[in-house]
Amino acid sequence: MNVSRTLATAGRVLTQIRHDPRTVVLLLIVPSLLIGLVAWIFSDTAVFETVGPAMIALFPFIVMFLVTSITTLRERRTGTLERLLSMPLGRGDLILGYTLAFGLLAVLQSSIAVLFAVTVCGLSIAGSIWLLVAVAVADAVLGTTLGLLASAFARTEFQVVQFMPLLVFPQILLGGIFLPRDQLPAVLQAIGDALPLSHAIDALTAVATGSHDDAYVVGELLVILAWIAGAVVLASLTLRRRTP
Amino acid sequence: MEHFVEPAVSVSDLHARRGSRKVLDALSLTIPAGLVVGLIGPSGSGKTTLMRAIVGVQVVQSGSVSVFGQPAGSASLRRRVGYVTQEASVYDDLTVRQNLDYFRAVLGAGRADVGRVLEATDLGPNAGQLTGSLSGGQRSRVSLAVALLGSPELLVLDEPTVGLDPVLRRDLWALFHRLAAGGTSLLVSSHVMDEAARCDRLLLMRGGEVLADDTPDGLLAATGTTDIEAAFLTLIEERE
Repeated sequence: MNVSRTLATAGRVLTQIRHDPRTVVLLLIVPSLLIGLVAWIFSDTAVFETVGPAMIALFPFIVMFLVTSITTLRERRTGTLERLLSMPLGRGDLILGYTLAFGLLAVLQSSIAVLFAVTVCGLSIAGSIWLLVAVAVADAVLGTTLGLLASAFARTEFQVVQFMPLLVFPQILLGGIFLPRDQLPAVLQAIGDALPLSHAIDALTAVATGSHDDAYVVGELLVILAWIAGAVVLASLTLRRRTP
Repeated sequence: MEHFVEPAVSVSDLHARRGSRKVLDALSLTIPAGLVVGLIGPSGSGKTTLMRAIVGVQVVQSGSVSVFGQPAGSASLRRRVGYVTQEASVYDDLTVRQNLDYFRAVLGAGRADVGRVLEATDLGPNAGQLTGSLSGGQRSRVSLAVALLGSPELLVLDEPTVGLDPVLRRDLWALFHRLAAGGTSLLVSSHVMDEAARCDRLLLMRGGEVLADDTPDGLLAATGTTDIEAAFLTLIEERE
């Protein structure tokens, strides 16, 4: 592990993205547009007050998962990953560099999404808005790190795109958006309770509705951070310097 | 004297596969230090697999590869070996200078190194251009420039001159010899036989085996031919 190599990698990834302004715009506004669409769909009902916080968890998570997994897969396919691993770059330097770069984008993206949900869509927040932003950012970073991990197991673009439904959709289905988790069959409830996106949805809902105190939210936030750390470690370990 | 100098690379009884295909089968060879050694052979002869094994990115089944006396791929070698793959391994969405700046930071080389390698590869005028907008030949020179960063002691170059115009090709070979004169060891692969004559030593490969390991002149004398292509054919016929 080396701080300057990690920072150089993060800077390089951000410079790459800066050269692609359309990606930057899509990354920053697509989650907000989708949240706006959901708010519009439920405009004559009170449903958005219930599902709005979950949408703040959902869309940035999915977008960051996809963008990160495809970016790192591209690095593998163009041979730059092999070149980097033949150089004195630690595997953790690379994964952390990516996490930092996309984490910074996640801060911007999630802040915009929260701001949009509150000011434009009229989502009311009972708790601290800063805590809401913190959970939303952690959730987007979680999408990034799971994307990094997924790309380690994908050899082609087709494979990596299919990891999305495989790793992300079950988390959405079991996260309590469609049916509260306590009404799920026991096995599914147990699985749902353990999945990281559920913790993000719970925490965001708790802040928005004021149903739990801040200590509960911070606890959930710590669970998400533990998942992030676990995914970073696993993603580093699955990088191989030698390939067949 | 040459026998007393530690070789840059020694390979012994190396077995390696790409996918299910056996590419290297009990390959043994040594690559002397401080010379431009040409690895010549048709595509599919195992050149790239051998180079990957020397750089330490190839999974090998058995055998040993050592570079400057250490096992290939050792952490301490990662600064001492520069590698250029056939496909230009650079970031298309960065400028030439941004590519070099990043790899320089990874290698921990000095800032002045970027200017040096830009000049050596004649890329100065393109430094501010996006790498993806360059021609194929220019992109492969960016890849070569990256490998020159930090002045590695061994350069492993997989077909670095493919698609380059003759003037540029001549300039690059001149650069390789300047580097060798400064003590760098170079292993340069090519499937173009006329490039072989520009090397100090040749390794002719076919079907994962080394057919000859000699100087260009020694090879011509041994086979009684006047060009490398004819020498190659003679060696193949002798085997069959």
